[in-house]
Amino acid sequence: MGVVLEAVNVVRHFGAVKACDDLSVQLQEGQTVGIVGPNGSGKTTFVNIVTGYVKPTGGQIRFKGDSIIGLEPRKIANLGITRSFQVPQLYTSLTILENMLIALSIRSKQQWGFWRPLRSAARLEEASRLLADFGFTDGIDHKASTLPEGGRKLLDVALSFALQPTILLLDEPTSGVSVDDKFAVMDTLMGVVKHSAITAVFIEHDMDVVARYADRVLVFSEGTILADGTSAEVFANPAVRTHVLGEGV
Amino acid sequence: MTLDQDAAVARDAGVGRDARFRSDAESEPPGDRPVSPRARRARFERGRLIALAILAVLALLPFLGMPGWLLFLLTIAFSKGLVVLGVVLLLRGDLVSFGHGLYYAAGAYTVGLLLRAGFPVRDAFPLAVLGGVVAALVAALVGLFLARYRGIFFGMLSTAFSMILYSLLLKLYWVTGGTDGIAVRVPTTLGIQPSADLIRVVQYYFVLAIAAGVAYLAYRVVNSPLGFLMRGINDNEIRVEYMGASVRRAIYQTYVLAGALGGLGGALVAVTVGHIAPDLAYWTASGEFIFIALLGGSGSVFAPFIGATVFEMVRNYAFKLSPYTWQMLLGSVLLVIILFAPGGLWSIIERLTQRAAARRAAAADPGTGAGDDKGRGWALSSKP
Ligand SMILES: Nc1ncnc2c1ncn2[C@@H]1O[C@H](COP(=O)(O)OP(=O)(O)OP(=O)(O)O)[C@@H](O)[C@H]1O
Ligand SMILES: [Mg+2]
Repeated sequence: MGVVLEAVNVVRHFGAVKACDDLSVQLQEGQTVGIVGPNGSGKTTFVNIVTGYVKPTGGQIRFKGDSIIGLEPRKIANLGITRSFQVPQLYTSLTILENMLIALSIRSKQQWGFWRPLRSAARLEEASRLLADFGFTDGIDHKASTLPEGGRKLLDVALSFALQPTILLLDEPTSGVSVDDKFAVMDTLMGVVKHSAITAVFIEHDMDVVARYADRVLVFSEGTILADGTSAEVFANPAVRTHVLGEGV
Repeated sequence: MTLDQDAAVARDAGVGRDARFRSDAESEPPGDRPVSPRARRARFERGRLIALAILAVLALLPFLGMPGWLLFLLTIAFSKGLVVLGVVLLLRGDLVSFGHGLYYAAGAYTVGLLLRAGFPVRDAFPLAVLGGVVAALVAALVGLFLARYRGIFFGMLSTAFSMILYSLLLKLYWVTGGTDGIAVRVPTTLGIQPSADLIRVVQYYFVLAIAAGVAYLAYRVVNSPLGFLMRGINDNEIRVEYMGASVRRAIYQTYVLAGALGGLGGALVAVTVGHIAPDLAYWTASGEFIFIALLGGSGSVFAPFIGATVFEMVRNYAFKLSPYTWQMLLGSVLLVIILFAPGGLWSIIERLTQRAAARRAAAADPGTGAGDDKGRGWALSSKP
């Protein structure tokens, strides 16, 4: 398995806050990586740096060997790194289906077309299939704004997934989903993701969810990686037990 | 845990799984209820029928003894409708082009200046196309700068550019004729050289045909990936960028298209009226286009034409009724429309046709007709 993403000594401080502090990590192709860590430990910042939203003040990030530092989010997305957001980012006044159709038109680089309809038969077919994979079966002609929080989260993930990325970064895909539904949502989501060759990274606060779905767990603390390994290894680590599990659970 | 247990957990957790992601339809405003593919198809067919019917009626008007001045008024209204259509395409991306007079004037002066310079082609059609092309080129330049801005900045900078053209048209009087403007004499329309009493009819058909063609083009654009991307930009620019599409490029392309429509409309007005002046670029002209866009609404590509027709009619009669306070009347009309139909005149038409369709559906199938709580109540109570 080759390395798809490599971060080397990445630094980003916000004033006195060390959101990313000399962080280094390598992600392998096809891995499912869970990121855990207390609030404010820099998990979202890491995703923001990788996707070009936040510029690091130091360090290097390479995607398939090439530096992506300084590239705009759009360029990085086109290279094959897509993401979902802690607060879902959707086209709320459009329908669930239309959200997906837009993603598909962009993926096939047809977003500038102004003559053929967005609702082509082929695109409609693929959109409903993808949406069904994520559990959206009926009601896809409703506006995205009418979805409950959990549904919005999942649609956000589905849109990022539909772009067929090499790396998919998911920022707390199950926050806002009720405790009862968490595993169902993750089953749906991870079922689709593991079926593909995507390297998936998800940030998650629920340790049971992490233990169940992640091949590898990164524990963040104060902008750096405190522990890295399988969930069993990581959760047995004394530093993690006191720093993260003690506070986080 | 075994795989089976896993599945059981997932099943338990997923009770009403489909219901979970079914949207909360209760919170949807009635006008925004989802449209099933079948209903969409029906609406499309209905829309096409209405469009053809309207076109047929409009095409018959000259035979129904319409006075020349009314045909002239409609010709102007449709030309302006083209400009407003461009404004509406931008409005869908939440961009208020409060300076579309720039393109309106650019199109008109392209025709005027070409004729003045002795341009050999002296037919209305190629000249109108050239008006659109020149305006598109201007928009391609201005758009490079404007596509970076949103909200009030976009609006005000648009106005600024149009006012620059306005003052140029005034100052360069040896080219543009200054405040006097330029007389535009276009001898032929599509090769036809109409007699004086037929000229209004020929111009009317000419502009009607162009407006119909452009309305169809706009319809395609609105339903295309680019059209939806503009709505996406209106909703969430972050999402657009993180999907890998350029917000700026989408806005730029739409802007150039809107500029071309502005130029085309301006050129047609120049040809129809026979005279152009710098006022075409003045900010009040741009304001008028926004006014018409709000009046008509943005729910359909017909809306700008309906808005422009009503606008010209109201202005015409208001001006006749009270030459000094006609603006007040116009303002009141807009106020009433905005208060009672925020979606513009088009939304009123839509509501009426929807109601008619629902009534027809109810009549054809009393058991399941739309919105027939009454019907169902009756069916229940009629059971013994
Ligand atoms: N744009 C910013 N400006 C200022 N401070 C920021 C910014 N982004 C992040 N921070 C700070 O950096 C730290 C790390 O934030 P980050 O959002 O990465 O944490 P997190 O691990 O995702 O936390 P949570 O679990 O609450 O989502 C926090 O203290 C936060 O306040
Ligand atoms: Mg976070």
